[in-house]
Amino acid sequence: MTTRNAVDRLLTPKKPIPAFLEIGSGTGFAIGILVVWCILTYGGIIDPNFLPAPGAVFEAFVKVASNGSLLKHTKVSLTEIYAGFFLSSVIAIPVGIFMGSFRIVAATIEPVVNFMRYLPVTSMIPLLILWIGIGIEEKISVIFLGTFFQQIVLAADVSSRVPDDILNVSYTLGANRRQIVTRVLIPATLPGVMDTLRVTMGWAWTFLVVAELVASNSGLGYMILQAMRGLHPDRIFVGIFVIGFLGLATDMVFKWLTRALLPWAVIR
Amino acid sequence: MGSLSINNVSLIFEGRKTDTVVALKNLSLDIPDKQFAVIVGPSGCGKSSLLDLIAGLRDTSGGHCRIDGTTIHRPGADRGMVFQSYSLFPWLTVKRNIAFGPSINGVGKEERDRRTAHYVNAVGLAGFEDAYPTQLSGGMRQRVAIARALANDPQVLLMDEPFGALDSQTRSIMQQLLLDIWEQEHKTVLFVTHDIDEALFLGDVVYVMSARPGRIMDTISVDLDRPRDYDVITSPEFIGLKRRIMTSLHGEVEKTMAIT
Repeated sequence: MTTRNAVDRLLTPKKPIPAFLEIGSGTGFAIGILVVWCILTYGGIIDPNFLPAPGAVFEAFVKVASNGSLLKHTKVSLTEIYAGFFLSSVIAIPVGIFMGSFRIVAATIEPVVNFMRYLPVTSMIPLLILWIGIGIEEKISVIFLGTFFQQIVLAADVSSRVPDDILNVSYTLGANRRQIVTRVLIPATLPGVMDTLRVTMGWAWTFLVVAELVASNSGLGYMILQAMRGLHPDRIFVGIFVIGFLGLATDMVFKWLTRALLPWAVIR
Repeated sequence: MGSLSINNVSLIFEGRKTDTVVALKNLSLDIPDKQFAVIVGPSGCGKSSLLDLIAGLRDTSGGHCRIDGTTIHRPGADRGMVFQSYSLFPWLTVKRNIAFGPSINGVGKEERDRRTAHYVNAVGLAGFEDAYPTQLSGGMRQRVAIARALANDPQVLLMDEPFGALDSQTRSIMQQLLLDIWEQEHKTVLFVTHDIDEALFLGDVVYVMSARPGRIMDTISVDLDRPRDYDVITSPEFIGLKRRIMTSLHGEVEKTMAIT
């Protein structure tokens, strides 16, 4: 009887599950993947040139960590990503919010924004190199372009979803247009904007290898590319894992930030 | 200082993809200062649109709305409004929601705090000042909405079916609460509803509105004693007035069914 109830609880949509299960199943799944990985490699099922063993990856990790190169590459990549993302966000979010609230703005820029949104960033790299060169500025622009147009559209979506009644009631309380924007529109869009930032930060990371594809001499993407050229799959995996965990850490920071700054958005 | 004058007002919605809708046609209405006026009418008759016009959220297609003789062109703090959907600011606590109007209109901190405390108590939410709207029930949220509108000291209070989304028990409690507060301040109120009982229980005068295009079919003076007790809704006088409204409205509701 109790097993039936427990299974029922798990299969009912939106029903909360006990904390140990939340943490346990996630950890268990990750460990499960690790176990499969071990079996595939140590069990001799896959050639180590295609899939290095966990042990080999760990050894490679220790090597690049201890000789300082991992730290150097990480610092460079983090600079590129955070600079590109920050620059993009401070411009795209306000533009997007205005685009979602004022029809004239939407009518003016939306066609161009949508056009740019579908362009693969890779196709713009030769142009960027021509205009900006091959320094870190070029890498930052790649990440900027990858996130900028997407952020505008997402922010516009958030802004247009602010209920009319909230704006109307503010007018009847005597708010002027400036107050509507600063005291109502902006606070109302904050949770949506935080979410947009969290999601697009993830996309920014995916442009890292593309950004460091041309004429780099440092960075995690560069490290992966070098490892690929030198046929060191273990070092490729080190790069992948470092990027993955840095991304995960960034995500957790965003979640924590949202809970700290916007307590009202997460209350149940 | 809150008399309303609606002169020959028309409202036409031009549809781009839908047919043109005449919501209001040559509607005239005069509401004196301090009156608790109720407009009752079938769904879709244009009563909410009329409130929007008076609030200044919409422009008329003909005719004018005036408050104390001044033509209404845009929204303002002199005409506070309570919507059916609460529309509380989710990022502000109860206290800050109520203080919002005064704070954007430059009222000093002491006066703001005084008003907030007064209205929190008036609506019976003492102890909930620091709660967020998501933590409140529907009835409580509507109480905050009413407190917020009143704390801003409007000349006229416009209420668009504010209790429509509440269950009937909560609705009765809220009606009584509204009257209790109103007895103390006697602001001009223009209350819109489709509920005849609610209209007669609350109002000094009930204006019966026809189906679209809306016009005033009947004006009923509700001569029941104040303060009103909820028992009054079973009194013979009440039932007589109710019968009068029901007769007027019955034909209109059928018209509405035919259109929609």
